[in-house]
Amino acid sequence: MTPTAVPALLPALPEIALAVIAMALLMYGVFGGERSPRGCAWLAVAGLAITAVLVLVANGDRAETFNGQFVVDGFARFMKVLVLLGSGLATIMSMSYMERERMERFEYSVLLLFATLGMLMMISANDLIALYVGLELQSLSLYVVAAIRRDTVKSSEAGLKYFVLGALSSGMLLYGASLIYGFAGTTSFVGLARLFAESSGAAPVGVIIGIVFLCAGLCFKVSAVPFHMWTPDVYEGAPTPVTAFFAVAPKIAAIALFTRTLLGPFGDLVDQWQQIIVAVSIGSMVLGAFAAINQSNIKRLMAYSSIGHMGYALVGLAAGSQAGVRGVVIYVALYLFMAVGTFACILSMRHQGRLVEGIADLTGLSKTHPMMAFMLAVFMFSMAGIPPMAGFFGKFFVFQAAVQAELYSLAVIGVLASVVAAYYYIRIVKLMYFDEPIEALDQRIGGEMTTIMFATGIITLLFFVYPLPLMNGAASAAAALFGG
Amino acid sequence: MTDWPILSVTTFLPLVGAVFILLTRGEPDMVARNARNVALWTSLITFVVSLLIWAGFDSSSAEFQFVEKAEWLPSFNISYHMGVDGISLFFVLLSTLLTPICVLASWEVIETRVKEYMIAFLVLETLMVGMFCALDLVVFYMFFEGVLLPMFLIIGVWGGPRRVYAAFKFFLYTLLGSVLMLIAILAMYFDSGTTDIPTLMKHGFHPSWQIWLWLAFFASFAVKVPMWPVHTWLPDAHVEAPTAGSVILAGVLLKMGGYGFLRFSLPIFPEASAFFAPMVYTLSIVAIIYTSLVALAQEDMKKLIAYSSVAHMGFVTIGIFTVNRQGLEGAMIQMLSHGVVSAALFLCVGVVYDRMHSRLIDSYGGLVHRMPIYAVVFMLFTLASVGLPGTSGFIGEFLALVGAYQANTWVAFFAATGVVLGAAYMLWLYRRVMFGKLEKESLKDILDMSWREVAVFAPLILVTLWMGIYPVSFLTPMHASIDKLIKDYEAARSTASLTIEPPTIMLARLVGMGETR
Repeated sequence: MTPTAVPALLPALPEIALAVIAMALLMYGVFGGERSPRGCAWLAVAGLAITAVLVLVANGDRAETFNGQFVVDGFARFMKVLVLLGSGLATIMSMSYMERERMERFEYSVLLLFATLGMLMMISANDLIALYVGLELQSLSLYVVAAIRRDTVKSSEAGLKYFVLGALSSGMLLYGASLIYGFAGTTSFVGLARLFAESSGAAPVGVIIGIVFLCAGLCFKVSAVPFHMWTPDVYEGAPTPVTAFFAVAPKIAAIALFTRTLLGPFGDLVDQWQQIIVAVSIGSMVLGAFAAINQSNIKRLMAYSSIGHMGYALVGLAAGSQAGVRGVVIYVALYLFMAVGTFACILSMRHQGRLVEGIADLTGLSKTHPMMAFMLAVFMFSMAGIPPMAGFFGKFFVFQAAVQAELYSLAVIGVLASVVAAYYYIRIVKLMYFDEPIEALDQRIGGEMTTIMFATGIITLLFFVYPLPLMNGAASAAAALFGG
Repeated sequence: MTDWPILSVTTFLPLVGAVFILLTRGEPDMVARNARNVALWTSLITFVVSLLIWAGFDSSSAEFQFVEKAEWLPSFNISYHMGVDGISLFFVLLSTLLTPICVLASWEVIETRVKEYMIAFLVLETLMVGMFCALDLVVFYMFFEGVLLPMFLIIGVWGGPRRVYAAFKFFLYTLLGSVLMLIAILAMYFDSGTTDIPTLMKHGFHPSWQIWLWLAFFASFAVKVPMWPVHTWLPDAHVEAPTAGSVILAGVLLKMGGYGFLRFSLPIFPEASAFFAPMVYTLSIVAIIYTSLVALAQEDMKKLIAYSSVAHMGFVTIGIFTVNRQGLEGAMIQMLSHGVVSAALFLCVGVVYDRMHSRLIDSYGGLVHRMPIYAVVFMLFTLASVGLPGTSGFIGEFLALVGAYQANTWVAFFAATGVVLGAAYMLWLYRRVMFGKLEKESLKDILDMSWREVAVFAPLILVTLWMGIYPVSFLTPMHASIDKLIKDYEAARSTASLTIEPPTIMLARLVGMGETR
């Protein structure tokens, strides 16, 4: 390595560090880590923490490296911290589960690290090729993680389904990228942005078709309607900690990628893609609201709920403005806390030592586990968007952007869907508070779970007291995306 | 004027009590006793503090008083802004008055989960008071919506047999109305760049915008009031809610709708209010006559009073949209009167329900022989509900009808039939429950009211008579604010350059909402 190469790679330092840590952890696992998968997991968490510190200490300006394929700016940093937080919490939540279910394998932690690395690459992708590489690194790791319980049919099925459909969507995405390259002559986001700025919003039809395919591929990753079919099955089939992981970090990374891709290179084509996003967003919100009503498995319910939430996040993207991006960032940040907290509750649902997943198992929870019931109620009300819970603010800011962009029908359909969705969220509250317990869940809840549940619950409940830090962070993240 | 943040103290004091109760640990009996005492004392102190607001209130000023402003989301121009004027002052007092009464009324009745129950009521008080004091739309909306959570739990956890259905209906109905208001708030924010209510009152929205914004706000407030035909959640919620829950529902929650009309619809959308006034009159008249007739057919006491609430609130909406002094002040007094009287009537039902566990009119009869004190109390509130001169109900209905007569004689005519029907169903209810022979075996050893129950009713009786005999003490603080409201309304109406287009064109534009600007 020549001395001049070192500073050039500096913007990618967190990613490089995470890659090195992940590979070192793999070596450690192979040569002796077998005996202590929990140690491996904690090391992985430490690795994520180090990466997060590296992300945070870098100076605030926009920087590019790898020939402009990799970009770091305020938006990337903010989203990366969220992804690292999501991954870290998911890793912590999976430890005791893995031990109890006798499936402690160090590979699990290593795979999560590689998946996270892929997500960081996605967030920083500044080129269609880099986008694809990051996406595949993430996806391949996730396929394996989904099937990590290889002895059970459900888990293998989930992994296989995810793989087949994921490969299909990757193919579509790649096809879209090649169309764009064919008609525009470049894969670089900066080059594409310049090209469309010069043509002042006009683009060859091939590029438009390419964008449609690209959107289809990305919609699959964020599990937006009509590319959502895999979500309920994978959520239900995968081991619960894996589902908890799926529900948060990859979604945030994919939304970040979606935002950067549409607003960066194709920012001047907003009239072309806006209607796609509006349609996808309406579809997701409505389907997420109606399909969840009849679910009896809480993981499936969360799957539909996450489809709905991604629909709301896309409302902000559909606005295509700086306020919209701010809304998206706030929404996913708050979604992170709600979703992690809810999964901490789901992972604490045990009956005679076994994990249960039925919604009916929550019956009477407020009598047997008052604090857990209270926290879960907070998360449910928050997801339904009832003030003063945090979820309300997420919805508030995305709809604010939608109204500002004069997308009134989108906003009205969105809030109406949220009322329908409120039904199944408060149904869970009803089970916990209004009904008498039938079979009590086990009393003991792990220390990590309790801590995560409380921390996320308090943030969700009391966010309104001091919302400024997140608001300002989100505002500067959105400004970074538009200021560049 | 005081220089300490009296409104914030009134708003958040109950929350402090709730935290105290939350932190108590120990034997279930002791925790329950503790919870009751803490809740009672907290709500009493809150009431005393709120009386200081009244004492310090400057009746000659129409401006917002005791104003507090703190930065909350400066980058969005949204701030924590509190203040009261002559309109909101008495609603704050009504909320703080009814909460200790609710706590006292639930003293022995609520045996399960006392701790959670008291916390729910204290949180509810915070939300109600905060809502009436809020001078920022977003802050207002947070309190307004937040009220759903404790009320949902109160109905659902401590309610009657069909509580789940009632709680869900209540929650989803009101949520559906409010989310449309949220969109309107966002649209107003987009147009004016602020959510500060006093600023918005001066903003002057374009008339074609006002129509949509008014409708969105109407969706929310009409459900809360409730106006016919979106009143159906109310009888269910009332019947299933525990007594204290019904008291708060009838006493304060219904007033949130009327307050919303006074605070937002009239001053911020004067054009649209004038445009839609005939519709409001029609819906109110239908509500008054239809629900009065429905009330006549009820077998369940609580349901009867619930339907009578819808009818009484019909007078309120008529009074508000007359936009003259008599009408508006009549609506205000009617709301306060209804807040006290219907709350007391629900408590009256609660008294016999606690003894007999039945709300059916048929299961009673001849109670006057065993329960003379109860009979007197019930009589007083029945007559107040009917609108007998000397009680608060008379002042409210009379002023509202005078206002309606100035606006439109036919409206006054039809509304006045409601007074007759009201007398019919209330007096018939009284006759069936109280008079006649005491024939039922189960009623033979029923006991009259205890001292605790008398203590519950005493303040309500006092307020009802005070408001009926000397309403000036309540009307004086309102005058300035009401006059200002009317003056601004007239000014906005006369200077408006554009008239509102006919409804047909509006409907044609329904498809392309974005172009209406």
